[in-house]
Amino acid sequence: IHFCPHDLMYPDSADYPDLRKHNNCMASHLTPAIYAKLVDKATPNGYTLDQAIQTGVDNPGHPFIKTVGMVAGDEESYEVFADLLDPVIKERHNGYDPQTMTHPTDLDSSKLKSGKFDERYVLSSRVRTGRSIRGLSLPPACTRAERREVEKVVVDALAGLKGDLAGTYYSLTHMTDQEQQQLIDDHFLFDKPVSPLLTCSGMARDWPDARGIWHNNTKTFLIWINEEDHTRVISMEKGGNMKRVFDRFCTGLKEVERLIQEKGWEFMWNERLGYILTCPSNLGTGLRAGVHVNLPKLSKDPRFTKILDNLRLQKRGTGGVDTAAVGSTFDISNLDRLGQSEVQLVQTVVDGVNYLIECEKKLEKGQDIKIPPPVRK
Amino acid sequence: MAKLTIKRLSPEEEFPDLSQHNNHMAKVLTQDMYTKLRDRATPNGFTIDGVIQTGIDNPGHPFIMTVGCVAGDEETYEVFKELLDPIIEDRHGGYKPTDKHKTDLNPDNLKGGDDLDPNYVISSRVRTGRSIRGFCLPPHCSRGERRGVEKMSVEALDSLSGDLKGKYYALKNMTDAEQQQLIDDHFLFDKPVSPLLLASGMARDWPDGRGIWHNDTKTFLVWVNEEDHLRVISMQKGGNMKEVFNRFCTGLTKIETLFKDKGTSFMWNEHLGYVLTCPSNLGTGLRAGVHVKIPNMSKHAKFEEVLKRLRLQKRGTGGVDTAAVGGTFDISNADRLGFSEVELVQMVVDGVKLLVEMEKKLEKGQSIDDLMPAQK
Repeated sequence: IHFCPHDLMYPDSADYPDLRKHNNCMASHLTPAIYAKLVDKATPNGYTLDQAIQTGVDNPGHPFIKTVGMVAGDEESYEVFADLLDPVIKERHNGYDPQTMTHPTDLDSSKLKSGKFDERYVLSSRVRTGRSIRGLSLPPACTRAERREVEKVVVDALAGLKGDLAGTYYSLTHMTDQEQQQLIDDHFLFDKPVSPLLTCSGMARDWPDARGIWHNNTKTFLIWINEEDHTRVISMEKGGNMKRVFDRFCTGLKEVERLIQEKGWEFMWNERLGYILTCPSNLGTGLRAGVHVNLPKLSKDPRFTKILDNLRLQKRGTGGVDTAAVGSTFDISNLDRLGQSEVQLVQTVVDGVNYLIECEKKLEKGQDIKIPPPVRK
Repeated sequence: MAKLTIKRLSPEEEFPDLSQHNNHMAKVLTQDMYTKLRDRATPNGFTIDGVIQTGIDNPGHPFIMTVGCVAGDEETYEVFKELLDPIIEDRHGGYKPTDKHKTDLNPDNLKGGDDLDPNYVISSRVRTGRSIRGFCLPPHCSRGERRGVEKMSVEALDSLSGDLKGKYYALKNMTDAEQQQLIDDHFLFDKPVSPLLLASGMARDWPDGRGIWHNDTKTFLVWVNEEDHLRVISMQKGGNMKEVFNRFCTGLTKIETLFKDKGTSFMWNEHLGYVLTCPSNLGTGLRAGVHVKIPNMSKHAKFEEVLKRLRLQKRGTGGVDTAAVGGTFDISNADRLGFSEVELVQMVVDGVKLLVEMEKKLEKGQSIDDLMPAQK
């Protein structure tokens, strides 16, 4: 709900953004007609189209990288602004049509086959996702009280974890210098975002209020609270035991879910879009399963990129998204998020990385390698 | 756009954590005040959270006291009086909610000012801001409103003539050649990087609706839709502040007449004077200053005291927050509200004249004790 006398003075066309220099998914799909249809709508929390698209208006994008260009302010954004979000989702997620398709969720890690990599090549294994607490607005739109409520709900639940999942919460506002240094040394600490892609959406307001990091005592299960999403959940270890990483990931997630449900809360999820997160690129599973892997010969082979494409894998530098690889160590992870289950995506990574290692071994022996057929999307 | 959330948690749960903060807003905002103001919105839907967001996101600096809040429209100053009046009082030297501000843009009332010694005074400049009544301010305006401000302003500026005749350069349509020329002239403004500004939302949709207008002789310059609807600058090399101020007043008065012809006016009232985005710029919004060479004076033990008594402020020649280079300082009026434009420029003219006299004495090894001014 909003009331603005200027609405009477200025027709919608006067407010339509100038997207002529823009290259992001929002700009590709926001026609003046869709804008006019949606601009006067608001979610029950009062979130509007102009707010959802602000990040895409302020960040025209890069000619070679296509960003999403919009965010959700709450769960209802994906319904109220479906006329824009559905085509954006379809483009970003390779043709997944939210109007006709359903997304499978499967966190039964026992189904994963052969998830132990050759540790002469794989240095570390990691799985991450995000979860949102139903009933509370998302980071671009939440009030301070809502954000604090997210922190409380999640921290209360995490305090109930036991055994190898037992851990400690470090609030960004209250951490000691010593705690901060330890978290930096462990590469766990996250900072106030500097990327304008994030700050323009409003998710960094009131920093560092209600932001924090939780991790278990063995430092293999880590949760970020109120960064880009309500929660980001990370399971990781040195070495190649992706099976154990995924086991812990699924166990931990289910345990946290059980604990919040005991208090009457639940995660945002529906069968159209799977788990609901701030950025449309993270819908479905929100899952990125990856390894740091040494591929000195394969990475120099001209077929490397095509092999990755066919395996539905993506390469990044070991600093994460937008970094370059150092030496010949790459971060290799799944490309897809929505339309396939967690088990399917991690299996894709397992099978794909095993294939890459086989290629590397062949090249070491002077044998030739083959580009694999494309795995099903 | 307005946002009134339906699902509301309590004001106690919403109250910001200001324990690490040092700005005017943090000094004034209490839980009780927040609870009361949280139920209000201006007719355009601007709320207390919008007012204070920049002050929450920027705790401040132990030595510099920032304002920590902005207005989203003209009505902000009324609707959120309980917060803004004490901030205004603290920032503007005790200016009370009942005080009246005098506007005087008659350049004939300025005495002297045409003979500041050009061997010392390198350049003279007067700037202010203006807001167009009926449109929301940069933190809150929609794209349509911002474009409306641009359109109206450019129409008004295009009808200026004589030595005020000039041209508008929209930021989004500028050619590379035009951009380079504006950079060489030191006229071009960029998307702000300061988090003090960004956190208020005034940089949304950049560079849509933003631009620079200047006259052909490059002595009268207007910024459109940067931190305010309009920033108006009159400047020239040398020490003829009178001429700079003449042009300033003439230009402003002409622009104001043009707006009135179109059925609107500048935001102004007799308590706050000209209404601008940041409370620090209320009243005249005026900063009159010179770049002046005072290497000896600036090293003198009484330099700060002299400036204080003259109600002047020093900055580096890169503007606010820069350091002076080689004994050349930017010297300008410290006040904005509670004094008229003529009074403030008079203080600068008289004060700079005195500083130059003192510099000359110090050059000759003489004392400046008998020149010490009284507190203005």
